[in-house]
Amino acid sequence: MTKSELIVALMQKHPHLQLKDINLIVNTVFESISSSLAENNRVELRGFGAFSIKARDPRVGRNPKTGEQVLVSKKHIPFFKTGKDLHARINKGRKA
Amino acid sequence: MQHVTFISMETVTRATLVEQIYQQVGLSRKESAVLLEDILETVMLALEQGESVKISGFGTFSVRQKGQRCGRNPKTGEEVPILPRSVLVFRPSQLLRAAINHETGDGGEAYGDE
Repeated sequence: MTKSELIVALMQKHPHLQLKDINLIVNTVFESISSSLAENNRVELRGFGAFSIKARDPRVGRNPKTGEQVLVSKKHIPFFKTGKDLHARINKGRKA
Repeated sequence: MQHVTFISMETVTRATLVEQIYQQVGLSRKESAVLLEDILETVMLALEQGESVKISGFGTFSVRQKGQRCGRNPKTGEEVPILPRSVLVFRPSQLLRAAINHETGDGGEAYGDE
């Protein structure tokens, strides 16, 4: 599923809304999550999961093409932890 | 071995996102809440069916199958099998990674997005 397919699915559920509004809603949600993370905030959506930021220490990496050593500086990466309900739904039909 | 530290200041919840929809789109708070829930539900439904969900500029959620492996009860040291399971993996887009590192996101690293 892509963002546009998500928008189509939402259009079907809310036929009274305009495409541009649904578009704006979807963009607002994901942009809010992104900007919250950029401000070092954690985003927790019960049942779905939580987005947080992890820090990666600087390390010496290698250019995979040339084998040359390069310094990879300290950076932050977004991390998603699946919520319990969603994890259960994905594993539906399996033994616990 | 890599050191991992958590940094967190505030926790953003559904209420914050509903408020954003309310302000940006001008729907009622109630309807904004319904829309947010519908977005999450639609994404979860796709994942439940094993489908990946790709939100451009944000990232990709995909379901990965894990085989059975041997685990250990950390308290007793006892060996226990970990049954095959599905896990959800989120791969952030290059744009989101850049935003978090306060970069512009238009240059640099060669490895691809999604």
